[in-house]
Amino acid sequence: MKFTKDWLDVHLKTNKSEPQIIQRLNSIGLEVEKVEPVKNELSEFIVAKIIKANKHPNADRLKLCDVDIGKKQTLKVVCGAPNARDGLLTIYAPPGSVIPKNGMKLEISKIRGETSYGMLCSESELKLSNESEGIIDLNDRYKTKIGKPFFGEKKGKNVIELSITPNRPDCLGVRGIARDLSASNFGKLKELKKSKIKKNVKHNLKIKIEKNKKQACSIFGSCIIKNIKNTESPGWLKNRILALGLRPISAVVDITNYVMFDLNRPLHAYDLDKIKNKITVRNSKKGESFKALDNKNYTLSENMCVISDDEGVLGLGGIIGGERSGTEIHTKNILLESAYFDPSITRKTAKKLDLNSDAKFRFERGVDPQSVTAGLDTAVELILEICGGEVSKFDVQQTKKFKDLEIKFDPKMVSKTVGTNINSNEIKKILSNLGFIIKSKEKFLNVKVPSWRPDIFGEIDLVEEVIRIIGFEKIKSIEPEKKRTKPTLNFFQKHFHLVQRSVASKGYLETITWSFTDEKINSKFRENLESVKIVNPISSDLNVLRNSLYPNLIFYLEKNLNRGFGDQALFEIGPIFTGKKPGQQKTIICGIKKQFIDEENSLKNKDLIDVFHIKKDLVQTLIELGIEKDEFKIEDNTPSYYHPGISGSVVSKDGNFVIGYFGALHPKIISNTFGFEIILEDLVDYKSKNIKTKESLTFSDYQKSDRDFAFLVNKETRAQNLIDVIKKIEKDLIKDVKIFDVYEGENIPSDKKSIALKVTIQSDHKTLNESDLTNISKKIVSTVEEKTGAKLRS
Amino acid sequence: MSDFEKKILEFKNRLNSTQDSKEIESIKTDIFSKNGFINSQFKKLGSLSEDEKKTFASNINKAKQELLEIFRSKATEVLDKDLNEKIKKEKIDVTLPEKEFKLGKIHPVSQVIDEISCIFSEIGFSVEEGPDVENDYNNFTALNTPEDHPAKDMHDTFYLDENMKTLLRTHTSPVQVRTMLKGKPPFKIIAPGRTYRSDSDQTHTPMFHQLEGLHIDKNINMGHLKGCLNYFIKEFFEVDKIKMRFRPSHFPFTEPSAEVDIGYRIENNKIIIGEGDKWLEILGCGMVHPNVLKNCKVDSKIYQGFAFGIGIDRLAMLKYGINDLRSFFECDYRWLNYYGFDPLDVPTNYRGLSK
Repeated sequence: MKFTKDWLDVHLKTNKSEPQIIQRLNSIGLEVEKVEPVKNELSEFIVAKIIKANKHPNADRLKLCDVDIGKKQTLKVVCGAPNARDGLLTIYAPPGSVIPKNGMKLEISKIRGETSYGMLCSESELKLSNESEGIIDLNDRYKTKIGKPFFGEKKGKNVIELSITPNRPDCLGVRGIARDLSASNFGKLKELKKSKIKKNVKHNLKIKIEKNKKQACSIFGSCIIKNIKNTESPGWLKNRILALGLRPISAVVDITNYVMFDLNRPLHAYDLDKIKNKITVRNSKKGESFKALDNKNYTLSENMCVISDDEGVLGLGGIIGGERSGTEIHTKNILLESAYFDPSITRKTAKKLDLNSDAKFRFERGVDPQSVTAGLDTAVELILEICGGEVSKFDVQQTKKFKDLEIKFDPKMVSKTVGTNINSNEIKKILSNLGFIIKSKEKFLNVKVPSWRPDIFGEIDLVEEVIRIIGFEKIKSIEPEKKRTKPTLNFFQKHFHLVQRSVASKGYLETITWSFTDEKINSKFRENLESVKIVNPISSDLNVLRNSLYPNLIFYLEKNLNRGFGDQALFEIGPIFTGKKPGQQKTIICGIKKQFIDEENSLKNKDLIDVFHIKKDLVQTLIELGIEKDEFKIEDNTPSYYHPGISGSVVSKDGNFVIGYFGALHPKIISNTFGFEIILEDLVDYKSKNIKTKESLTFSDYQKSDRDFAFLVNKETRAQNLIDVIKKIEKDLIKDVKIFDVYEGENIPSDKKSIALKVTIQSDHKTLNESDLTNISKKIVSTVEEKTGAKLRS
Repeated sequence: MSDFEKKILEFKNRLNSTQDSKEIESIKTDIFSKNGFINSQFKKLGSLSEDEKKTFASNINKAKQELLEIFRSKATEVLDKDLNEKIKKEKIDVTLPEKEFKLGKIHPVSQVIDEISCIFSEIGFSVEEGPDVENDYNNFTALNTPEDHPAKDMHDTFYLDENMKTLLRTHTSPVQVRTMLKGKPPFKIIAPGRTYRSDSDQTHTPMFHQLEGLHIDKNINMGHLKGCLNYFIKEFFEVDKIKMRFRPSHFPFTEPSAEVDIGYRIENNKIIIGEGDKWLEILGCGMVHPNVLKNCKVDSKIYQGFAFGIGIDRLAMLKYGINDLRSFFECDYRWLNYYGFDPLDVPTNYRGLSK
């Protein structure tokens, strides 16, 4: 919503300055978005001097002038005027300006091969006179004004632009803004002038609102004005229209726009002579079409509110008028419409047609249904004043009664809500200044809501009205109490926090990437999850919710590679989506690591990463999260996006929970890159089901012995199997089993490998003697051989 | 001089004149080993008379002791000399690079979430969460934003179905609804999380982060709201004083509603929070609308309270001088390293928020 201070003065008698008003508007909830000088359409035309009028190299009649426009450098302007000469003072129009004579917008253009930056103007082009023979020849007085606008600068006038919240349609008119200011002690709201115009002409056009299901129109007021002389608007009106950022068109159109922004009262003017027979306000039929004032054709679906005559659709009620019945500069007789359309239905129609207009913007927010005749009055007065003519009596068709809402209001609600005592008299004063009508009834107030306030429904709305006018700064701040009755983080959140920092501490950089990704990349990681499409994605490569964190991480990893960063470890913790219902999501922490192989760097090449590095990162993280090493095991089945031979999964001891995956990513997706994932919900769930209270620590002081074994096993045998078997043999005595060598090759059959283990044996009760140790060693060998088919290497 | 004494003298000379550790070892063998000089002398004892035996044995022992002492001091001397020479040769260029290590970092948004949680924890708020995918009811309807209301235009919503019933939440406010529906008052929660709007330009990203706050109890009023936010802003920016202003605004789910601006000034191209005459909008808040309480099965005759919504990314930008919102999500290696936080730098209320 835009307006100027002098426009505000039409409605508000105030001695406050513009800066004061701006500040106050902000503090009463009418946010000032911008304040900028009024754009004057002529201020772009600048006094200039031709420094040198050179001959145009390719055209005899043209000149290529060096023009001084008051800047450091002169400009090249091509000019065809015979009087263009060195030293001539004239008027320059820059690229982008619009020539008043023909409405042409200037562009930087090449004229016969020479670029011309703007134009030098004749008097007729600027509509100063009919003189078009040569360019303007200014006298010497203008010498000092080179670079200044020829038509003068209008200083001091500002357009104030408000960002009006959707609940305040009344402030989409200047009068509403004035009312709010007056309620906040910023002056007095002026009374609207009573119309004294005689309405002599007969209103002989039949108008009917059809009874339709969900009929949007419930009031249709109108009058006929005959024998007008439509013309260009006078200066003051043009300036107001320009201040709104609109283009002046003709007096009739400008006046309807003016009233819309003045009173928040949209109007529409029809060329009466173009209306066939009568007006019917009705629901559209499917497939009806019309050409609107925006020059576009619209095909309507069923049940959209249209204003129609016997020939068809004239316009869309409350949204946009039609071209067929539009007024023109030679229009003689008009029908002026002032109607009420239902907010919700109007909004639906406009949304379906993807149509926006200032009228629609107002009707969908709620126009005062009682403003129908006041709007006609104001417009008629102006039209008659500017265009002449005679007006008819007003015809108001109305199918619904609007009753002002009454609210039983306990003024104590204000103090209760804001926490500071507000005097009941002040409450009454503010509300009545805002147009509420108040009757006191014992403790309560009976408050009648003005018809222009569709946003007021109940007591709390009145509280807001009062406090926003009083000002939030009057509310006393209450220091918060430093007391905690509930833990800040729950069990899951604690683990989220911990795992995030645990992974980061292993050298990974935390990233945050979109929750959506490219369907094509996502499909490589989707496995059997549902693809969750976004109906209206921001772009086609962000069109599905991600089923994995890998697609985005890999995308950005590669971007960084292209930036020249070879060594990278990135991670993200965030949601993946398993379906499109709320809650069908899981929290994943996913790390990805790539090492840049640099042949020349011998220092680094001693320490290349492999799958066991990523496994270490994952296992160490799990242990830091409190999952002990004997509570999970490693399997080798992993999703298809991992290298099938170089990847593993971490599962709970009982095999019921998959806690995570690790490994080399599939070389077809990305080469030489390792990653891991932890499914946080599953991990936390598993942990919560296996909470162990820590037993008090005991350790044995008896002698500890190590025994080494080397077993020959089949190549497919997993090292973990041997460990598992050995650990079960004498739980009290076997304290640890460690693999220290795996060997394939010479001296070993090609289908076998050798695994060497160190077993730590210790009793809690005595020092084991040689025969005890021999017995256990024998047991280890026989059990392993029996259970795994291994053979002890001799 | 007896042969014995000559021999002793010879050994002494040998020991004294050498500077070579190997030579010392060989002399040591000659003297002290099983078949060395000393032992060979002891062997002679058997053939001597008791008197001679006594004297000779004592001479041997004396000589042994003497030689041992010379040997020890000589050995130490030579060892020291050798070590000194070795050390002299062992000069390493320590300006060569250390073993490679990688510092991990925490994203500024995560860090700021932890900072905020830490601040609100102190005054008794606990953390709640909700799903990223929401239904239309929780995101709009329950929050007093009716079907076909222009207020919906303020949110450019991503939809997951043609009927526009499932969507990506446009704010964290649906967590209010979920929290109230699953529990009983009082409620005192914050809810950080990802939010989504189909908007992408210089200052908007299709995904961003919000923090919701909700405090409902029997007597919670706007004074509490003011106090709470004032405390939060002061703690967050780690300043003693804060300039703050509440501007009336409109959100369907709060009434009265306000936007909160904080005062700032620019010094050497840096924003200084808390002073100056410029205003920066940082959050929206208000008293929870009775309709919302009703929709959430909370009796608005007994309970009332406030809610607020903060843009987390924006706070991070302000506090840590980050200019471009979009850079938060571009994962640029340099950016992550530069703006990220040490994982050990956990905000706590006894150590403080930042290092």
